[in-house]
Amino acid sequence: MKKLVVSIMLVNLLAACAGEKPLLESETPTPQSTREDSESAPASATEVEVDPLNDSRNILAKRSVYYPFDVSAVQDEDKPLVQAHAKYLRDHADRRVRLEGNADERGSNEYNLALGQRRAEGVKKMLMLGGAKASQLETVSYGEEKPKASGHNESAWSQNRRTDIKY
Amino acid sequence: MSLRVIQCVAGLLILLHVSTASAELSIEIVGAGEHQTPVAIVPFGGDAKLSQAINDVVINDLLRSGLFRMIDTEGKTPHVPAEVSFPDWMERGAEALAIGTITIQANGRIEARFRLLDVVKQTELAGQVVSANDGQVRAVGHRIADLIYEKLTGDKGVFSSRIAYVNRQGQHYRLIVADSDGYNEQTVLSQNQPIMSPAWSPDGSHLAYVSFETDHAVVFVQSLYTNQRKMLAGFGGSNSAPAWAPSGKQLAVVLTRDGSSQIYLINPDGSDVRRITFSGAIDTEPNFSPDGQFLLFTSDRGGSAQIYRMPVKGGAEQRLTFGEGNNFSPRHSPDGKGFVFTHRVSGKFYIATQDFQTGQMEILTEGGWEKKPSYAPNGKLIMFASEARDRGILATVSSDGRVKQRMFTQSGDAREPVWGP
Repeated sequence: MKKLVVSIMLVNLLAACAGEKPLLESETPTPQSTREDSESAPASATEVEVDPLNDSRNILAKRSVYYPFDVSAVQDEDKPLVQAHAKYLRDHADRRVRLEGNADERGSNEYNLALGQRRAEGVKKMLMLGGAKASQLETVSYGEEKPKASGHNESAWSQNRRTDIKY
Repeated sequence: MSLRVIQCVAGLLILLHVSTASAELSIEIVGAGEHQTPVAIVPFGGDAKLSQAINDVVINDLLRSGLFRMIDTEGKTPHVPAEVSFPDWMERGAEALAIGTITIQANGRIEARFRLLDVVKQTELAGQVVSANDGQVRAVGHRIADLIYEKLTGDKGVFSSRIAYVNRQGQHYRLIVADSDGYNEQTVLSQNQPIMSPAWSPDGSHLAYVSFETDHAVVFVQSLYTNQRKMLAGFGGSNSAPAWAPSGKQLAVVLTRDGSSQIYLINPDGSDVRRITFSGAIDTEPNFSPDGQFLLFTSDRGGSAQIYRMPVKGGAEQRLTFGEGNNFSPRHSPDGKGFVFTHRVSGKFYIATQDFQTGQMEILTEGGWEKKPSYAPNGKLIMFASEARDRGILATVSSDGRVKQRMFTQSGDAREPVWGP
């Protein structure tokens, strides 16, 4: 179930333009046509130097890490993405990111605030292992307070168990 | 003449107040106490509208407790003991009778002279003068209901106490203080960022709470008298779960400034921050025992969220909940003999209590989306957040699980309730 959701998201992500917030809600897709129009053309003509962060086909376009219930360790499938951001941050010492941890609504909201924080801290540790500096990284948690998807069901919850990497 | 005018104006004000108040919420009561005392509350003499307003508050308060049954007073209007014919009330089945008169004084103050009579023994159980400013009709009613409750049950009434909760409408959040029946709401804070975990200072003068207004969780303390507020803890990461010591001179908070969520003590002015848990796991939701010696808290140090207890001064931490499921949000009972908490098992949340001595857990509710329980000051009722008709609502359950009520606020979701002094 979760794998399916993630792959739907990947498709969404690839479709969305780079440099923007990834479109994650498979439930309620907001109109993205304007964005796609503006960025879809230069796919083959990229001889120009581009910041890889702005390349929609680069793994760096993926900026969310997802978790199973009550887990805060980065899962194997998301490690390449976190490692890619670590390398980017190592090579771009002037860039800073804010790591925003979130949790689904199961549990108390205080526990979930703590869980979201631990998720963000876990990503921070992995970024630092990959060469990012602490000074480039800030962690916060929204717990269950700012759900991306609403609803008391696994498809909503799986989207809300998340750390967002925000440049 | 001038008194008449005042009465008229006061009457109009009350009418207005009652009608707006009744639009604010509706209350559903389910279940009844094991024994319900039959009581007759005779509408008080004096200003008729004022009397009716107070009468309604008294009757609704007593009914909500589930411990009383109302006896019809039709055709009987005694206001002083000399006018009472006890055999009439015995015939109607009343065990207790409340009578009195209301006067509005020249300065606008309301004065209720009230007596509670034992119909069977034909004696006076209580007699008292309750007075309040003209805007506080409900307060007079709550006070009278408290006196009746206390005399007839032996426990302190809680109808004059207040609650705090958060109302959410879309992305808009309001921190609200209201009477324990949900009326008389006042907005303490209104903003487009989440508000969590309100906590009353022991004297009821301040609320501590978590606000995301600076885009991360920060703890504030706000005076309910002056509305002045200050940041109590705004370190990096998350600052949350404020809990007052019974002395009011210290709080426990949860900070992530040293890594994982751990419990710290802090003075109400933000000074003297001192870490007291060192688990490296999640330690959160601290709650002081009534004697100020212990803290209950939630921790996942054992692999899943469970409830633990530790001395405030530090020392051995003891796990209190075991078995299937997770447990969260512990709060001591006012007598310090046990605690109430959220129990989660098989995808449902329940409100449960546990006795320290026996370790026995008792589930009080049917289960659903039930969170954040807190005791009324007398320990007889527990308020919690629930859901019904796709909305967040406030609910209460008696500590024996027999009487339940649900309070529907006018709009939005009610969440994060906490019973105050």
